[in-house]
Amino acid sequence: MTAPVIEAANVSKVYGSGPARVEALRDVNLTVRTGELTVLIGPSGSGKTTLLSILGCMLAPSAGVARVCGDSIVGVRAEQLATIRRRHIGFVFQSYHLFSTLTAAENVQLALDVRGESGPKAVTKAEEMLAGVGLSSKFNSFPRQLSGGEQQRVAIARAIVADPSIVLADEPTAALDSANGHAIMTILSAIAKQRDRAVLVVTHDARLFGFADRIIHIEDGLLTREEPCNTDLANAAAKGGSTRFAVA
Amino acid sequence: MSLVYTLASRNLFQDRLRFIASLTGIVFSVVLVMVQLGLYFGFNRMLTMIIDHAPTDLWVVSRETKYFEDLSLLDSKMRERLLAIDGVADAAPVLAGFSVWMLPEGGMTSVFMVASDLASGGLPVWNVVDGDPRSLLEQGAVAIDRSYAARLGVSGVGATAQIRGQPVVVGAITESIRSFTTTPYVFSDIAGARSYLGLPANYTTHFLVRLKPGADLEHARQNILAAVPAIQALTPAEFSEQSRSFWLLRTGAGAALVAGAILAVIVGTVSVAQTLYSSTKEHLYEFATLRAMGASNTYIYKVIICQALIDTIIGLTIAGLIGIAIVRMTATSVIQIVLTPNLVMTLFGLTLLMGIVSALASIVRVVRVDPAIVLTR
Repeated sequence: MTAPVIEAANVSKVYGSGPARVEALRDVNLTVRTGELTVLIGPSGSGKTTLLSILGCMLAPSAGVARVCGDSIVGVRAEQLATIRRRHIGFVFQSYHLFSTLTAAENVQLALDVRGESGPKAVTKAEEMLAGVGLSSKFNSFPRQLSGGEQQRVAIARAIVADPSIVLADEPTAALDSANGHAIMTILSAIAKQRDRAVLVVTHDARLFGFADRIIHIEDGLLTREEPCNTDLANAAAKGGSTRFAVA
Repeated sequence: MSLVYTLASRNLFQDRLRFIASLTGIVFSVVLVMVQLGLYFGFNRMLTMIIDHAPTDLWVVSRETKYFEDLSLLDSKMRERLLAIDGVADAAPVLAGFSVWMLPEGGMTSVFMVASDLASGGLPVWNVVDGDPRSLLEQGAVAIDRSYAARLGVSGVGATAQIRGQPVVVGAITESIRSFTTTPYVFSDIAGARSYLGLPANYTTHFLVRLKPGADLEHARQNILAAVPAIQALTPAEFSEQSRSFWLLRTGAGAALVAGAILAVIVGTVSVAQTLYSSTKEHLYEFATLRAMGASNTYIYKVIICQALIDTIIGLTIAGLIGIAIVRMTATSVIQIVLTPNLVMTLFGLTLLMGIVSALASIVRVVRVDPAIVLTR
């Protein structure tokens, strides 16, 4: 049995009050374990982003308990939440959110810098990570000189360089074509498998199922069902099958 | 090396036009502060220049006198009464007052005569760059400052002119003896000065009182005040302070200079703050990403403050070079701008403080940013 990295128990989130009251999440119970790539899927407005914000220690739940690597995030001050993020979480965003004035290597190095790691060791580590995602020739390229797929690889390298326990990926393939999307998911899948780490991917793209160990559906703020991994699809994905990313 | 500096500098230099606009604001502000404070210190120095250079223990002046040029006449016979006081070694009369310098091509200009009995150790002229200060022992010889030579129509030592119809010859040229009233000082012997000022022999304006070695200054001062009515007996430091407080505080001249400097600091701070805030807003998602990555508030403060400091230090360097040029240009003019090491250090500290204060608005903006916005874009 792998260890739980994220635990959410009866988590609810309410925005606004009175007639403007919106229940974004309702009694969500979720456990994400190491060694798994979990896909959270749901349509727009289903509460995916709200749940990701709470699990990523960026938003406090209105009710319930959420823990990251055993640390409760309920009633915790913003600076302490930042510490939890720094220690345990790596993020991959839909729009990459790379720093336009920094090179690829510096963008990755920045994740170490905010953790107090700098100097030649940090540079080497950042370059190793970039090499690991196939960007050995792009260390000194600025984001504007990289394709979308390359930028997302830099973002993945940045997310994992500090060795977090969990990588939270928000629509990581939404801005990419099918080939790049496939490549990114292959990398994320490998991260979940090769390291003692969990990956949670939030998406509304059913084509990512093949990479998932677990698929969790969310609708109207409720986790509606959990599906086991589709082994056939997963194997095809691991072999580099690209049919699921073919442009419709 | 941390990426704080790299991130800060590249964010700052990314938009060069904005950076140049900000730099212009800082340079303008620092130069303005430098000039205002330099003028203030120059004014301060000019105000008390003669008082500070007089070799005396006490200045004896009329009770109404507030500063050196504030003239009230004293009876010359007072000298004997001063010399009779226990502890007093000498009392040299100084005669000062406005007169009229006749220009060679016709016309006149006001001058301020300063004369003393040089033979009895009065007020010697200093900073002589041409001619001989001892020439003033002879009647008819005068010393003027180089900065006023053109205005007085004087080509150099040996040039002749007239003061109130009396012929004079320039015996010495000085440097940096300038009057805050902008009326040129003209040094001469005391007998000549009486005729240039049209004063009878029994009047003078100041006495320089020197005490005997070992004499108690306070005791001597009390004896002087007891023996001679309606006068003040002031040490050079006291007379300087009295002059400064009159001109800088009571006339508002100092307040105007300091107010100008404060306004300049505000302009500079707003300029840097505006640039930083605009840069911060442009990079808001990057700062939100930093927060999402778990960067501490301290790390984010460092990036913003580093940006502000880079901006202000570059501005300060350029302003410093301009300041040096201004000081050199005004070195021989009638306006004196003084940049002392202390003033330079103060300006450095003030500019850094200006940078840090200007970063506050950006810091408040970034600290309030919700890191979750990176998930919605």
